[in-house]
Amino acid sequence: MRRIIVVVLAVAIAAATAGCATMSPPKPWEKGDLARAPMQFDSDRLDAKYTDHIYQSKEMASGGQGVGGGGCGCN
Amino acid sequence: MNVKRLLQAAALCASLAPLAGAQAATPGAAAPAFDLPDRDAKTVSLASLRGHIVYVDFWASWCGPCRKSFPWMNAMQQKYGAQGFKVVAVNVDKRRADADRFLAQVPAHFTTVFDATGATPTAYDVKAMPSSVLVDDKGNVALVEEGFRDERRDALEARIRAMLPHP
Repeated sequence: MRRIIVVVLAVAIAAATAGCATMSPPKPWEKGDLARAPMQFDSDRLDAKYTDHIYQSKEMASGGQGVGGGGCGCN
Repeated sequence: MNVKRLLQAAALCASLAPLAGAQAATPGAAAPAFDLPDRDAKTVSLASLRGHIVYVDFWASWCGPCRKSFPWMNAMQQKYGAQGFKVVAVNVDKRRADADRFLAQVPAHFTTVFDATGATPTAYDVKAMPSSVLVDDKGNVALVEEGFRDERRDALEARIRAMLPHP
């Protein structure tokens, strides 16, 4: 009885871990849907860049956006 | 002890799994074959192009650098086509309409084939978009290029020219 339980358990574990094998990231040629506009975090990349630039110059003293000036708004 | 053996077998299976699809475009080895439909639904096979220098390019409508590579591939095809050079661009879009829209915007004066299944990029183990594989007249891989960068244009052209029968 114990042996059966062990075998069943082993098969169950094998089946469950094999399921992980299908969870592979998309291949380079499968990223068409990820490249579509509704999948982007920013609606406008250029606008996001400007917003980020201003945020960076204002908030640089508090850090978080890399290296920069002292927060005078002049960079 | 049975459990131990079972676990050993499972570990072996797990370690071998990544080797299952170990086919790729390796310089010096034969280029993986393909038979794909072109814009007129005529089948183009790599084997039928034996004797040509073939530039196999994997592209998609959503890929930015691919858009930049098309004028260059047009120029190469025009310049070296008479000497047996052939560009075969493999489209990997899931939706054919996306590819057709791209081709309406960006002219392609070379062979374009379509593989929505992804079988060909899988066989070539494409690592980046775009990717190109230069195949020699014997059907062997000469060069694998990942991406399309402006600074590589001249080196690629020189490589193509060196492979042509009458340079």
